[in-house]
Amino acid sequence: MNIVVCIKQVPDTTEIKIDPVKNTLIRTGVPSIMNPFDKNALETGLQLKDQYGGKVTVISMGPPQAKAVLREALAMGADEAYLVTDRAFGGSDTYATSYILSEAIKKLGAYDVILGGKQAIDGDTGQTAPSIAEHLKATRLTYVLDLKVEGDKVIARRQVEEGVEVIETKFPVLCTATKESNKPRYATVKGVISSLKAEIGEITLADIPDADTTKMGLKGSPTKVKKTFTPQRTANCVNIEGNSPIEVADALIGKLVDAKVL
Amino acid sequence: MSFETCKDVWVFIECFQGKPKSVGLELLGQGRRLADGLKQKLCAVVIGKDVDEAVKEAGEYGAEKIYVVKDDEYENYSADGYGNVFLKLCEKYDPNTILVGATVNGRDLGSKIAVSLHTGLTADCTALSVEEETGNVVWERPAFGGNLYAQILCSETRPQMGTCRPGAFKKPEKNPDNKPEIIVEEIHTPVDEIRTKVIDFIKACEDNDMRLDEADVIVSGGRGMKNAENFAILKELADVLGGTVGCSRAAVDAGWMPQTKQVGQTGSTVSPKIYFACAISGAVQHVAGMSESGTIIAINKDETAPIFEVADYGIVGDVFEIVPALVKELKARQQNE
Repeated sequence: MNIVVCIKQVPDTTEIKIDPVKNTLIRTGVPSIMNPFDKNALETGLQLKDQYGGKVTVISMGPPQAKAVLREALAMGADEAYLVTDRAFGGSDTYATSYILSEAIKKLGAYDVILGGKQAIDGDTGQTAPSIAEHLKATRLTYVLDLKVEGDKVIARRQVEEGVEVIETKFPVLCTATKESNKPRYATVKGVISSLKAEIGEITLADIPDADTTKMGLKGSPTKVKKTFTPQRTANCVNIEGNSPIEVADALIGKLVDAKVL
Repeated sequence: MSFETCKDVWVFIECFQGKPKSVGLELLGQGRRLADGLKQKLCAVVIGKDVDEAVKEAGEYGAEKIYVVKDDEYENYSADGYGNVFLKLCEKYDPNTILVGATVNGRDLGSKIAVSLHTGLTADCTALSVEEETGNVVWERPAFGGNLYAQILCSETRPQMGTCRPGAFKKPEKNPDNKPEIIVEEIHTPVDEIRTKVIDFIKACEDNDMRLDEADVIVSGGRGMKNAENFAILKELADVLGGTVGCSRAAVDAGWMPQTKQVGQTGSTVSPKIYFACAISGAVQHVAGMSESGTIIAINKDETAPIFEVADYGIVGDVFEIVPALVKELKARQQNE
């Protein structure tokens, strides 16, 4: 089974702080991590390989420092890793990013399964993976909990708001994973050591000569950022006090009744 | 799809088992504002097997035109089936703007349409407006876990598209007298072109069957709840008020609560009438998912916790003392009524 897993290096958004004076994001010192949902996708891929055999290839689009998450993926058990990188790719929105990744995936050859996280925790769009599927005209299933192969069929369980759908489809298929999909394995010491020596391939614009450059980068992105700002908090909090928990509770209930909330 | 000919604001009315989801109706309110700003019509798109209820509600919530496509193959959502219908409708009627709920299926469908039409799609918008001089929708959305907000434009292609999170907007006023024009289109998708088939469905079991996005009162707990068992006191408070229990990401990460109960950027966006944040510090990640609630009450030991910056009422104190006291007093009050 040929398994391709798309991963993204993201800032750990739980560690981001706002500069109280300039009201901007403080990004220095914020650790870069593998997008957590992508780690679930990688685990799904590794489990498929454990069960059915095959090869897990990880790809990531980003600057050279994104190789760190590719190495982490190799340490967890991926077989090959490619960084998709070129100045021409910079500034891409989800349309352009998914186009470039779809071209990179074509370059890698035939695939049975493409995996990715349901969304990245920095952009939080959840659009890139299903858009890759659309560029490839591939079958896609988002929010997949698990996959199993039955003859020439693939049975997937998919998490939707109202419950779990059981879906029948066929390879090749693109699936996105969620936190509920699994618990990602830890890298082994042996894996970490071999990942340090492993070669990470690069896919640049020169490697996808047939791709349409008008669909790449800032210029190829249909959406543009007009402006960014940090959220302002303006609520005036009324402090509820009292000499005992019961007094505090009564004071709050009184306020809520007065405000016709209760 | 050209700038000159495209017209109207479309809202996708997503259904589940024949019932329209709340988010589509919420978006009719936003769609109305955009349509007025663009001086265009507000249209709803309903796809399914049983569509009557959705068509009726879309009309009552303000759609001027409703495009309806019904057939057996649309009983369940599939990207292939629904995508085919939506693209054919776009080809024929050439919309200016498309709004889709940022649900599991909406995010999927939105991506499919946008890529197929080579146009822009802005995800998870929380505020929408129109730039009058250009006719561009200004799509506003949080990123970086709610730490940063961005305004996005799709200025060179049409249709311009966005998804919006369920619960981010209130439903508009219902008007039973609105008489929409109903346009039924026959669009079929051959069975072998729908490459995914739903063969079974397991309904989620939740307490009282109350979903976060449908609750009027949510009592959420965070890291300060210390363990899963302690959420029982929040459940008691929620029960007294006829609400449900939610939580912050910290509580999910700790394994105390399921992800379906998570409020915040990577969980649900909610806007209940009353939101209790109990032992929740108020990371922007969480606040991004609840700041539009009617009345926010924060209970936290730490008086410097950022949750107090968004709260309407703040109690600096121990949730394990305050919450049981609230339950006791509310019960006493209910008995006296």
